[in-house]
Amino acid sequence: MPKLTIDGKEIEVEAGTNLIEAARRLGIEVPHYCYHPGLSIAGQCRLCMVDIEKAPRPTIACNTTAGDGMVVHTDTERVRDTRRSIMEFHLINHPLDCPVCDQAGECWLQIYYMKHGLYDPRMVDEKVHKPKAVPLGPHVMLDAERCILCSRCVRFCDEITGTGELGIFHRGDHSEIGLFPGRDLENNYSANVVDICPVGALTDRDFRFQVRVWYLDTTKSICTGCARGCNVDVHVNRRRPHHAEGRRVARLKPRFNAEVNAWWLCDIGRYHFDFVDAATRLTAPVRRNPGGPADVTWDEAVAGVADALRRYPPEQVAVLASPQMANEDLIALRRVLETRGIREVAFDVPPTALAKDDDFLLRADRTPNRRGATLIGLGGDAGGLMAAARSGRIKCLWVFHHDLLAAGWPAAEVSRALGRIETVIFTGTNANATSERAHWVLPAAAWVEREGTFTNFEGRVQRFRTALEPLGQALPEWELLGRVLVGLGGTAAGRRAEHWFRELTGAVDAFAGMSYQSLGDLGRLVAGATASGLPTPPGQRASAHA
Amino acid sequence: MNLGQRFYLREVVAGVALTAGHFFRNMGKHIAHALGRKDARGAVTIQYPEERRPYSPRLRTLHRLVRREDGSPRCVACMMCETVCPARCIYIVATEHPNPEIEKMPERFDIDLGKCVFCGYCVEACPEDAIRMDTGILEFSSYSRLGMIYTKETLLALEPATADGKPTSPVPIPATRTV
Repeated sequence: MPKLTIDGKEIEVEAGTNLIEAARRLGIEVPHYCYHPGLSIAGQCRLCMVDIEKAPRPTIACNTTAGDGMVVHTDTERVRDTRRSIMEFHLINHPLDCPVCDQAGECWLQIYYMKHGLYDPRMVDEKVHKPKAVPLGPHVMLDAERCILCSRCVRFCDEITGTGELGIFHRGDHSEIGLFPGRDLENNYSANVVDICPVGALTDRDFRFQVRVWYLDTTKSICTGCARGCNVDVHVNRRRPHHAEGRRVARLKPRFNAEVNAWWLCDIGRYHFDFVDAATRLTAPVRRNPGGPADVTWDEAVAGVADALRRYPPEQVAVLASPQMANEDLIALRRVLETRGIREVAFDVPPTALAKDDDFLLRADRTPNRRGATLIGLGGDAGGLMAAARSGRIKCLWVFHHDLLAAGWPAAEVSRALGRIETVIFTGTNANATSERAHWVLPAAAWVEREGTFTNFEGRVQRFRTALEPLGQALPEWELLGRVLVGLGGTAAGRRAEHWFRELTGAVDAFAGMSYQSLGDLGRLVAGATASGLPTPPGQRASAHA
Repeated sequence: MNLGQRFYLREVVAGVALTAGHFFRNMGKHIAHALGRKDARGAVTIQYPEERRPYSPRLRTLHRLVRREDGSPRCVACMMCETVCPARCIYIVATEHPNPEIEKMPERFDIDLGKCVFCGYCVEACPEDAIRMDTGILEFSSYSRLGMIYTKETLLALEPATADGKPTSPVPIPATRTV
């Protein structure tokens, strides 16, 4: 393994590591635009120049592999001079329209200009004008004037998705990013080019002009779009409620996890947060009498639900859990079921249309915690439960999240079955046709409004954290289930999600030995699970270049 | 305090003499002024609101939004003023401008003058010189809080004051004003 010296500090790195990565390990930042650890090396931007002893001139760090005995300087007068010249070069045709640019505040051109800029421009000629505000596809907007031609987006479409929609056209200072004729940037990973664009050339059409980035707060979370559980950062706007029509969740950004999603996130997952601020959100417990619905307090609702569970014999009560629920909720639910001896429980409701795995991250199973629900032992297929409901044996049904009338069963049949049930209880974040039929509606907090853990398809338990306060009176499910448990005469494991997770690690062997601390930011596999790791990106498979 | 002062009487008489002196001198001058002696002026009370002191050109008065030649706001909804505002009295909602060269414009631009502290940071922060505080208007009031919210349309209609600070636009009445 080569051992080299960077800015006077010695480090040993694996053979093949480039100088940017070697310096990063020492905590030294080498400015760069075109280099991205997930993509091939292009050497386009020339900003990552460093001085290597015995080399006659500065060299780009991204395309220089660390060699034994190399002595590298990243902060000499000559390097600073080179950076300043290159920044000047990049800014010759840049419009400097930061006030209207969505990237402002998280723009590497701004950041490096402040650090390495030549503040007194020498250019006197008119800037080259290029197309502005060009939609490239459903999610991405291009401003060719702002582009510095780092080619990250082009390489992403070639090397990761393998779809190759983008290219660089024309020559010299008229070069610009564009779509190949007849193509649209509409692959399921298109919005990743917005994340990797170091400047404001590619912006997100969904996020465009909604909120300025400096109003956003970031929280580590997990995507709930499918069973993979990609690591994300949730960006929420709590400081300027008049922006984005009051929507609090502004966007999801991928968070690096080498084992799950690396730097990427699919578009289906990325835009799967609308329901959090939708008008259909349930905000108060509701009791629906023959006379109509009425808001009630939590105490009344919890007492009513506990009373219903106690009134009917256990064989007449059924519970339809959901793979949308976190592990903490599921163990709390299991405790409620055990207290009353309820056996009729399932979580797997057939969807109306069968989804398929895509060729990279997205899983056919569009729920975040099916593996967790299976491990915690909450039954499986709801077909038997539905048959029992149709036969009239079930008198009380507690549904979590599902809309039974929009599931893969004939709606008329479900409607008849629901009609025969005396007490329907619904717990969920948003109103749906099933909640309209429920006698008790208990509003649940959305995943960004609480903390917990999901178990992804390969058995990786990952934490998500609280980004927002719950809307209205909504409560996390573990909390409301804990209150019902107390109402039934049991004892709740605690008043924090972490207490319920501790309860889970004691109750289910697969989770034994875990804690929130040991899960960390990147999660841990349950006992007996084998990691399948990050799939090979479609653009890097042998068949892609055949 | 010496003995003379401790008796008060002498001080009271001295005070009355001073006040009376001013009173009669002013009265004499006012009478002379009223009789046509224009060089004789009494006490310098400015008869507001008929009479006004000239304002300094750098006085910060009611905001206005600067217009482009076609009458649309020069503002590009960059949120700099909203960000810098210490009173948080500016509310901007951005939208797409039909011209991609301009790209962004305010759909809504409200200033809550009930909260504004007239610090002028919004004018300082503006990269487009789109907001100024030079209307010369100081007398805006309302019976309701809602009536203190000035919208984009109201602020766009205002004109700058004259050189001696005299407002050229009438005091705007927000459409939301209830009383």
